[in-house]
Amino acid sequence: MSRLTVPKTYKLYVGGAFPRSESGRTYEVTTPKGGFLANAAQASRKDARDAVVAARSAVSGWAGATAYNRGQVLYRIAELLEGRRAQFADEIVQSEGVSASAAAAQVDASIDLWVWYAGWADKYAQVAGNANPVAGPYFNISVPEPTGVVAIIAPQQATGASLLGLAAVVAPAILTGNTVVVVAHERAPLSAISLGEVLATSDVPGGVVNILTGSPAEIAPWLAAHADVNALDLAGAGDLEWVDLQIAAAETLTRVLQPQPGIPAPSLDRIGAFVEIKTVWHTKAMR
Amino acid sequence: MRFLEYAPAPESAAILNLKAEYGLFIDGEFVDGRGEVFDTISPATEKVIARIAQADERDVDRAVAAARRSYEKVWSRMSGSDRGKYLFRIARLVQERSRELAVAEALDNGKPIRETRDVDVPLVAAWFFYYAGWADKLEYAGLGPNPRSLGVAAQVIPWNFPLLMLAWKIAPALAAGNTVVIKPAETTSLTAMLFAEILQQAELPAGVVNIVTGPGSTGQALVTHDDVNKVAFTGSTGVGRMIARSVAGTNKKLTLELGGKAANIVFDDAPMDQAIEGIVNGIFFNQGHVCCAGSRLLVQENVHDEVIDRLKQRLSTLRMGDPLDKNTDIGAINSAAQLERIRTLSDVGEEEGAERWTADCVIPDKGFWFAPTIFTQVSPAHRIAREEIFGPVLSVITFRTPAEAIAKANNTPYGLSAGIWTEKGSRMLALADQLRAGVIWANTFNRFDPSSPFGGYKESGYGREGGRHGLAAYLASGGWDAAGGAAAGSRSASRAVTSGAKSGATKEQRKATKKAVAK
Repeated sequence: MSRLTVPKTYKLYVGGAFPRSESGRTYEVTTPKGGFLANAAQASRKDARDAVVAARSAVSGWAGATAYNRGQVLYRIAELLEGRRAQFADEIVQSEGVSASAAAAQVDASIDLWVWYAGWADKYAQVAGNANPVAGPYFNISVPEPTGVVAIIAPQQATGASLLGLAAVVAPAILTGNTVVVVAHERAPLSAISLGEVLATSDVPGGVVNILTGSPAEIAPWLAAHADVNALDLAGAGDLEWVDLQIAAAETLTRVLQPQPGIPAPSLDRIGAFVEIKTVWHTKAMR
Repeated sequence: MRFLEYAPAPESAAILNLKAEYGLFIDGEFVDGRGEVFDTISPATEKVIARIAQADERDVDRAVAAARRSYEKVWSRMSGSDRGKYLFRIARLVQERSRELAVAEALDNGKPIRETRDVDVPLVAAWFFYYAGWADKLEYAGLGPNPRSLGVAAQVIPWNFPLLMLAWKIAPALAAGNTVVIKPAETTSLTAMLFAEILQQAELPAGVVNIVTGPGSTGQALVTHDDVNKVAFTGSTGVGRMIARSVAGTNKKLTLELGGKAANIVFDDAPMDQAIEGIVNGIFFNQGHVCCAGSRLLVQENVHDEVIDRLKQRLSTLRMGDPLDKNTDIGAINSAAQLERIRTLSDVGEEEGAERWTADCVIPDKGFWFAPTIFTQVSPAHRIAREEIFGPVLSVITFRTPAEAIAKANNTPYGLSAGIWTEKGSRMLALADQLRAGVIWANTFNRFDPSSPFGGYKESGYGREGGRHGLAAYLASGGWDAAGGAAAGSRSASRAVTSGAKSGATKEQRKATKKAVAK
């Protein structure tokens, strides 16, 4: 006699908590063949704004943490993912309809990607910063700092992206101290919310990563035009009216990374897209 | 003769050998523009200095085509060391003709010769000298083993540091292997024309640098041109916003260096003599026409009265007048329009309840002048505390604790620069961490160096000019992202995409662009 399973309720992940959409809306998540998987929360404009508020309030703590600390926190995510490989692979098989081995490869790639970025946390400033030999008696140094709140549209392609795509955009943004609001894969959001559970039980402070499920087309314009969003990553927005999003972002000079095909490869450029270089001059004098 | 009164010591304009009229500089030649020729005047006397050609859309098109040709046929194929040698030549020619350039700049811009001679022009030479050395070392710039030039750079610069901004734009662009079409500000084209002569003396290949003069519409035609790969703009946040919209949906790389409302924070333990000089230099340097000017003085409450008294005393010794006089500290406001804006905002300051003090200066009969002005009793909500005045007007705000200073300093949509005055090093560093601005000066202000990156946070724009980071603004990284070292599994699953840049804007995107620009 088989046991009756206990299905999970998939909600948003905002400010370290798992709220339903304030709109009360849900949408049906299915297998590629149409089988019912879950009712996911369909985030609204208000949810997006709440997420930005949560992200903003988390900036000072996260950006103020030591780089060593952030690196360990990111590595901790990889550790927890490793322990839940089976669950993630299972969700990928169900929602993407891919083979078990392809799903396992995606989970492995995601874990390795977190490890790769984790290692950058306390090195990036050394590579991206500079001591500058100015012509005068000044100590002059340039360092990268997080830009603040980054809104992200996660990669949306049919296969291979539901977990890896999310990691590929979230990890490079948060490792320098940014906080993010990320709109998950619309059709296959289960891995994203399960990742939220991992984040909630890892040492990532609440509000550093906020995950919205629902329609990127509906949510993205509110995030793009939001004055308290410092940067916009359109990685997965290729099928949206993304030029309008970039135009909206220009209103407050929001930094924009344009859509790109495929899943963003691990890269320093991606880290650098969401930092500001600060240069400090200090007078040198004996007295 | 009263105390502090000096006999005039004007620098002679005889060193200049100006033409009555200057054309556009396209493909190595001076050519006529299709637009209406306009006057460039001295803001100190309102006398016409020369007539300047105006480029219309077709002229811009011709300039971009020349830049494209020379990029493809000459500049992108030339060795880095040869590109560097041209830049070294330019640096030397600027040094050789520095007196002439300094005089021309003071005449055309209205800023004092003391500044053009000691700041603007030496920095211009330094900028070319610095970037010259990068031209054959791009693989060490931190962008991977094979950084690539972008192509044709469209550059639009402001009137406050005409030749210096030109150098900030052209030197890194050329070092990185790009060609350039640059548009000087409408009121300050003169030194760009002299610079064109220098390029001819340097025998820089035709088309590598093209200069189109004219008003905002010329600049708009340039930055929205379909065949440019890079847009670099220094100017107002309003125009920067428009440009950011106009490049949306294209693969043009964009850097924007926009407005500011910098806080200059003075603690009670500051080295007071230096601080007073620093405050003066922070806001009255270049008549306050400085995007990174320390226009908000945040002074600790217990030293407020002392600082203000000493400031007033110091300002009373500044000499305003003939920009060409070597004794002049404060020159002319660059244009009638800018003077009007400064007057308007200053009047608003009084209307909103701030207390105005103006240095007792003799205002010349002709030209555009505004005496150094301090507003006290300013609230952070006042317009003079929020809006960029871009003139010799200082708004004074008090604070009690470092936390309050940080909160007030960051309470602005801008984030270009900030100053900190304290003898306590640990507090200086902690404060520097907390200030959201791209350049922080501690116990100094308004220092610039080609090796030092400059640029803003938030609505002060993005991208950096100067240093390695300024070079990166003109390069695409090449080589390492895909091979970045992530574990093999990640590489196969992520179907590594080396570059997100799309091959070009689609027709729809261009339409969207036009729409955006029209807004």
